Amino acid sequence: MTDLVVEDLRIRFGDTVAVDGLSFELPAGGALGIVGESGSGKSATALALLGLHTAAQVEGRITFGADNLTTLTERRWRQVRGAQIAMVFQEPLTALSPFHTIGDQIAEVYRLHTGASRRAARDRAVEVLRQVHIPDPARRAASYPHQFSGGMRQRALIAMALSCRPQLIVADEPTTALDVTVQAQILDLLDEVRETTGTSLLLISHDLGVVTGSTDHVVVMRRGVAVEQGRTDAVLVAPEAAYTRELLAAVPHPKPPRTIDGEPLLRLAGVRKHFRQRRRGEPVRAVDDVTLDVRAGETLGIVGESGTGKTTLARLMTGLLTPTAGTITLDGTDLRRRPGGSVQMVFQDPMSSLNPRRTIGESIADPLRLSGVRDPRPHVEDLLERVGLARREYDRYPHQLSGGMRQRVGIARALAPHPRLIVCDEPVSSLDVTTQAQVLSLLEDLRTEFGLTMVFVSHDLAVLRQIADRVAVLYEGRIVELGDTASVYEQPQHAYTKELLAAVPVTDPAEARRLRALRRAQVTA
Amino acid sequence: MIGYLARRLGGAVLVLFGLSLLLYGLFYLAPSDPAVLTCGKGCTPERLAEVRHAMGVDDPVFTQYRHFLEGIVAGRDYPAGPNTRHCPAPCLGYSFETDQPVTALLADRLPVSASLAFGAEVLSLVAGIGAGLLAGLRRYRWLDRVVNGLVLAGYAVPVFLVGLLLLLLFCVQLQWLPFPTYVPLTTDPLAWAQNLLLPWVALAVIQTAAYARLTRAGIQETLAEDHIRTARAYGLPESRIVRRRALRGALLPLVTLTAIDLAAIMTSAVLTETMFGLPGVGQLLVGAVNQIDLPVVVGVTLLTGLLIVIANAVADLLYAAVDPRVELR
Repeated sequence: MTDLVVEDLRIRFGDTVAVDGLSFELPAGGALGIVGESGSGKSATALALLGLHTAAQVEGRITFGADNLTTLTERRWRQVRGAQIAMVFQEPLTALSPFHTIGDQIAEVYRLHTGASRRAARDRAVEVLRQVHIPDPARRAASYPHQFSGGMRQRALIAMALSCRPQLIVADEPTTALDVTVQAQILDLLDEVRETTGTSLLLISHDLGVVTGSTDHVVVMRRGVAVEQGRTDAVLVAPEAAYTRELLAAVPHPKPPRTIDGEPLLRLAGVRKHFRQRRRGEPVRAVDDVTLDVRAGETLGIVGESGTGKTTLARLMTGLLTPTAGTITLDGTDLRRRPGGSVQMVFQDPMSSLNPRRTIGESIADPLRLSGVRDPRPHVEDLLERVGLARREYDRYPHQLSGGMRQRVGIARALAPHPRLIVCDEPVSSLDVTTQAQVLSLLEDLRTEFGLTMVFVSHDLAVLRQIADRVAVLYEGRIVELGDTASVYEQPQHAYTKELLAAVPVTDPAEARRLRALRRAQVTA
Repeated sequence: MIGYLARRLGGAVLVLFGLSLLLYGLFYLAPSDPAVLTCGKGCTPERLAEVRHAMGVDDPVFTQYRHFLEGIVAGRDYPAGPNTRHCPAPCLGYSFETDQPVTALLADRLPVSASLAFGAEVLSLVAGIGAGLLAGLRRYRWLDRVVNGLVLAGYAVPVFLVGLLLLLLFCVQLQWLPFPTYVPLTTDPLAWAQNLLLPWVALAVIQTAAYARLTRAGIQETLAEDHIRTARAYGLPESRIVRRRALRGALLPLVTLTAIDLAAIMTSAVLTETMFGLPGVGQLLVGAVNQIDLPVVVGVTLLTGLLIVIANAVADLLYAAVDPRVELR
């Protein structure tokens, strides 16, 4: 078997240094995690391991078996890629060719490296698809990527990685685009593959929890430098570097529960939202009979995976959609006749929810002008200051700000018309963990200061546990469980809630092992 | 699939129906009376009434339109003194200027236009895709710059200038080619191609430029996609990546454009046809407009509509065949 040794790796894009003197070792059959926030150089490192940089200057030594990879010719590189080192990419939809079947794509790689016959290659494709637990692999090999779900596409990519029996699999954020339960399945699969085939695994992630459960060594990167490395158990339990401690502290932590017994502010009774399909067929029941009170002053968490109807529910609550059936009232009056500005929304992606051609100050000023404020600039500047931005940011454009700053702008815009209720739809899911922690604490401060009521929609159970007083679990458009945060997390009643909770990545290695065992038991049961 | 085709067919009939209605409305509003022109100089009121009756323009416009629709289905007879002029189904009207049914005129001219359009399309596809690929794969190098320059030149140069230069060079100076006259493909394929070569080139210049541009952009965009990176990460050689993975995505937009272009050239290549003296549909249309030969104008317009509708449907079918993500429904 083959060891991977990286010594003093430097990657430069022009004048920008992406990776600066990185060294690590990955013994054969081992599992190493590289963890860091955006811009830490972790993906640049992954591309360097496969010689895929075109615009960058790569220096240092990457030894893999007898080869120094940094000196390989393009021809020799092609023999290494896929055959000895295989890569699993982040976005499984775009990472596969839309024009070829899954089976063909895997078979093509296998034939290229082994010279096998078409038939043998097709058989191998089916075999690896079975190995990654694709049901009915012989038939599904003829499917195109768009006919697979996100989780199945990621399995197919892993199958492609396995096809030529590589000695090393590099997985770059393999679960980032996936739901939490699917993420757990994929991580378990990578673990299983490593056990059964003896290949080593280099797992790259921004999520400490993902790395914790699946690796035995970890490298913590920041701005191209490894700030700390060692055994995963040691680094995550007793971190030495200040940055690692900062990262761990930023991971959402449960708060002591608040009990809010306010009067119901927003009431949903028997609310349904159905979307008609193009041409015949049953309508999509995005929200199906939801009855729910949001109490004045509380933060209600709504959790669910993709397709459970949580965004539709959020839009119903803000009046952006009207329900197909049922009633929604705000403080006793129909939501449609609410006073202007009393319900506001914070969106998931602040980049696409801000007009790129207007300054952020103007974007925030819009709702104020609507409510008749003549000269909104001073108000907007106060708001900017309140959400942690400088007054002079008023004249800047969205693309000039970082993701965290943009989300602060989104929050300021929601606050501008003095709302009573703010509905946040995945407000921190596109942010790095330290930024996420800052935005969460900002929201908590604002809630107290302005006496806000909040609905917080998220797929992330850990985030909700920190911020929500009560949690509603959404599944197939229905609320399957609703209760105080502590009781839902500690004594989940519904099977889906239990499954969700078992899938949450945790940063405690012992707990991660316990959850993996629990999931395996669930699968075999 | 069959349901899809049936719907498309229904849609096509509706489009053509609407188009004919619109045309009739326009002509009814038009101030000129075609019978006056047909009647000619020294026309007496009695003679004019006779001509109007023969042409069928003395009826109310709705009756005229009804006769027109009936003619398409069952054919139609026009009274002409003691005799009648017969226009067999599908009758799109009768050209009194040339004393022929419109369908006969179109049947005469369409092979010329189709030959012109087909050849020009093949030529511009080959040259356009070729040049676009060369440029796209050698982005920002000298070859790319050369192709880009030629593309701009192709857009800028008017077709009659290209045509005249070609005629001057190959027919007058070098005398390599005969002055173009139309020879049917069935009579002599070699002469057909020889005579049409210059018109093809003249017509293809602008389209080649458009296709080259589209191909260049398409190949660059596709090569930057994630699945191409995956292919590279699995050791596929670059040539194979371009051939097997990138080409299809890059050329998809060309499918629709080619089909529509092909249909459009057949009826609108007036300049080229005139310059090279080819008796095509475009010439027919211009002549008819000058003579206020309304039935011919109606016929050519409906033919254009029909071709465009067919081209659109074929493009959609082709698109679905090439891209598995597209479902026809």
